[in-house]
Amino acid sequence: MGRYVVKRLIYMVPTLFGMSIIAFLIIQLPPGDYLTSMISRMTESGENVDPAQVARLREVYGLADPVWLQYWKWISGILLRGDFGYSFEWNRPVADLIWERMGSTLALSVASLLFVWAVALPIGIYSAMRRHSLGDHVFTFIGFIGFAIPNFILALTLMYVAYRYLGMSVGGLQSPEFIDQPWSWAKFVDLLAHLWIPIIVIGTAGTAALIRILRANLTDELNKPYVITAKAKGLPEYRAVIKYPVRIALNPFVSAIGWVLPELISGVTITAIVLNLPTAGPLLLRALVSQDMYLAGSFILLMGVLTLIGMLVSDLLLALLDPRIRFT
Amino acid sequence: MSVQSAVELKPVAAPDPQVVLAVENLSLDFRLRTEILHAVRDVSFTLKRGQTLCLVGESGSGKSVTARALLRIIDKNGAITGGRILLRGKHAEIDIAPLTERSRELLRIRGGRIGLVFQEPMSSLSPVHTIGSQIVEALRLHRRMDKAAARAETIELLRQVEIPNPEKMIDRYTFEFSGGQRQRAMIAMALAADPEILIADEPTTALDVTTQAEILDLIKRLQVERGMAMLLITHDMGVVAEVADEVAVMHFGRIVEQGPVDDIFHDARHPYTRRLLASTVKLEQNRRAAPAPTGEPVLSVRNLNKVFGGTPGWFGSATFAIKAVEDVSFDLHAGENLGIVGESGSGKTTLGRLILRTVEPTSGSILYRGGEGEPVEVTALGKRGLRAYHRDVRLVFQDPFASLNPRMTVKQIVGDPLYVSGASRGAALEKRVGELLEFVGLDPLSMERYPHAFSGGQRQRIGIARALALDPKVLIADEATAALDVSIRAQILDLLLDIQKRLPLSFIFISHDISVVRYFCDRVAVMHRGRVVEMGTAEEICTAPKAAYTQSLISAVPNPDPRHKRMLHRTRFRA
Repeated sequence: MGRYVVKRLIYMVPTLFGMSIIAFLIIQLPPGDYLTSMISRMTESGENVDPAQVARLREVYGLADPVWLQYWKWISGILLRGDFGYSFEWNRPVADLIWERMGSTLALSVASLLFVWAVALPIGIYSAMRRHSLGDHVFTFIGFIGFAIPNFILALTLMYVAYRYLGMSVGGLQSPEFIDQPWSWAKFVDLLAHLWIPIIVIGTAGTAALIRILRANLTDELNKPYVITAKAKGLPEYRAVIKYPVRIALNPFVSAIGWVLPELISGVTITAIVLNLPTAGPLLLRALVSQDMYLAGSFILLMGVLTLIGMLVSDLLLALLDPRIRFT
Repeated sequence: MSVQSAVELKPVAAPDPQVVLAVENLSLDFRLRTEILHAVRDVSFTLKRGQTLCLVGESGSGKSVTARALLRIIDKNGAITGGRILLRGKHAEIDIAPLTERSRELLRIRGGRIGLVFQEPMSSLSPVHTIGSQIVEALRLHRRMDKAAARAETIELLRQVEIPNPEKMIDRYTFEFSGGQRQRAMIAMALAADPEILIADEPTTALDVTTQAEILDLIKRLQVERGMAMLLITHDMGVVAEVADEVAVMHFGRIVEQGPVDDIFHDARHPYTRRLLASTVKLEQNRRAAPAPTGEPVLSVRNLNKVFGGTPGWFGSATFAIKAVEDVSFDLHAGENLGIVGESGSGKTTLGRLILRTVEPTSGSILYRGGEGEPVEVTALGKRGLRAYHRDVRLVFQDPFASLNPRMTVKQIVGDPLYVSGASRGAALEKRVGELLEFVGLDPLSMERYPHAFSGGQRQRIGIARALALDPKVLIADEATAALDVSIRAQILDLLLDIQKRLPLSFIFISHDISVVRYFCDRVAVMHRGRVVEMGTAEEICTAPKAAYTQSLISAVPNPDPRHKRMLHRTRFRA
């Protein structure tokens, strides 16, 4: 097992290298650079642009260098100094910007994931065991609605309801009075009061998908002979089902971790913008729009790293859960 | 629902104290999409202490459903529509039929008073829990025990079912057990709470003959030690003759005949029982008068080897190598049937694939003389040559359900080889497919139907028609009859023999079933751990085997005659 983990970590190195190149190329693909998009914005708002000034900036930022040299500057900074470069737009180091947003992003991701599991597991089990019953149909119906409604509409609806009928402060993760305050119990409670809307909005589609997956998997497992063995042993039905087939049908839940991590950062961008959440998604979007290349590149690279880590974690968890999987 | 029939029953006179379970007029229905299936109709039997009742029947006769109904394990769409299941014994008499799924009485009976062992040793235990934890669970459900005591008891149980190193094996997972060991563990679990009745549903069907003999021995021994009543469900008349005290024959959900084992075998009344026995006994003889092989062999295999693994891994560590086939040589003559028998893992299937070169041999030669012109060295053939070779040497598969594409019509399936090889198209192809179907005893008009419309035996006929499409010289049949019922098996074998009379064909017949090989083959090669340990005419191998391994193999085959039980004095082979 230890050997396997080391081997996987070593394999990650070339993968990461490839990903960094692809990330960098993606940023370079659209025509122009940060300065051209800045110039066009400035001319739109009627400001004058001094060509000499632009040329000097281009020199300073190294935007005139060949692509490979720019890539080398960027990647060597990350590897040798942990320096992710400098954001043109925010005039701050990229690392600061990212870490600032990472905490809230991670908290939101984990909370949503737990919500998805807590809801999807019992409903999925119920639906599989009482297939084609009234309850199953009701849950399936709700699940498909949750699946079909775009996240941002759900977000807007929930915000309206919370503001209009519950009189809550909505948007963001904190009420205005707590922002920039040190952590306290009241601030934590306030965070929870804000967290439920994004959690429901982000979790609904995932919940619906996992219910369907679990229902399908469990339906297959329920007909396996070992379930009859468990029943013939004298186990009550629910205990027999939870201990044996559910355990095996859980595998896709664990495998999901691999893609859930990056998904939660990039996938919920629209929701985050609508709800004004201080997470990584909106920042990434702005960086891409304004061709803030070091910020965008670092984000894409970070998402790649998260995917790799997520895959490794889910593979290892899968091995713990299912002894048939052995690593050599 | 059961009140009606219960009232009509005659009051039973003083019940036999030996009877522990009495099933009276049990009926079971299943709601299907378009109809109601009466899976079990009016079935009655009794189980007596220390005795074995064998429930015999072919697939779909309702025997497994009956057995599971005794524990009230019934699929969602099924229901007991009448009759009683009376469990007697130390306690007061209890009727299992009206109990509900969640009642405590039922949970106490399941595993506590009636144990169940069933067919699939591969999948009847959970793959993600250790063997020990699954047995401990059964113990703690029915006996008041703490964890340590239950663990000690589990080790003792594993020792009783003769699993070596029970202290270590208790913490192993099912995939670390062989098929026979899994079935032993399953038996240990069924016996954990010391039940009065053991239901064994095809407990040895998926096992090799020698393992089957050992498991049957074990069950018998435990039954005698504990004085259990046993209900053994099987389709194998040989097993019935070896272990049964009484026999009940099931056909289409009814028990058509029941009585002591000797009466059933030597004085069967019902025509169905007689037919079942006839098709079993028929397979006990060799139908072919083996002509001395003449002329040049069609296929000469010399020193064939196949090693799996053994190549260095990525990090330079050499992996474990398995010699699947080791130094195998034989000749196959024109019109000859060569049987290859062996237990699972003996390399017989690999050998078949090596001859077809779907698996590349590691070394050795295969010389084919069937085609026109010069003999061909198969191991040296290129892609084009191999395609021509595959036209002459074809394969019939084991699983008639998995080997036919469910989305293709029979015409497409049978015509596929013709179409691919470009032999015929259009109306000519249709005509040829019709001929082939007629040839294997199917209605040519059914060629537009899909495989699901056919029974297992009919599907195997379709598979044979497909193999015959290109006028092959050699057919390799890999366990071609293993998935079929006894009577169907005999029909398919007769069909193949009949085809052989009309076409110049040779067969390589790979099977684990000695009786099938004996019936069908001229010569037999016995494989054990990749090697051919003995080769001779079918009669020689079956009646006077020379090698020690063959002797143990042959003597483990159950004899369908309760007056001459063979397994009791079988020779055991240790290597």
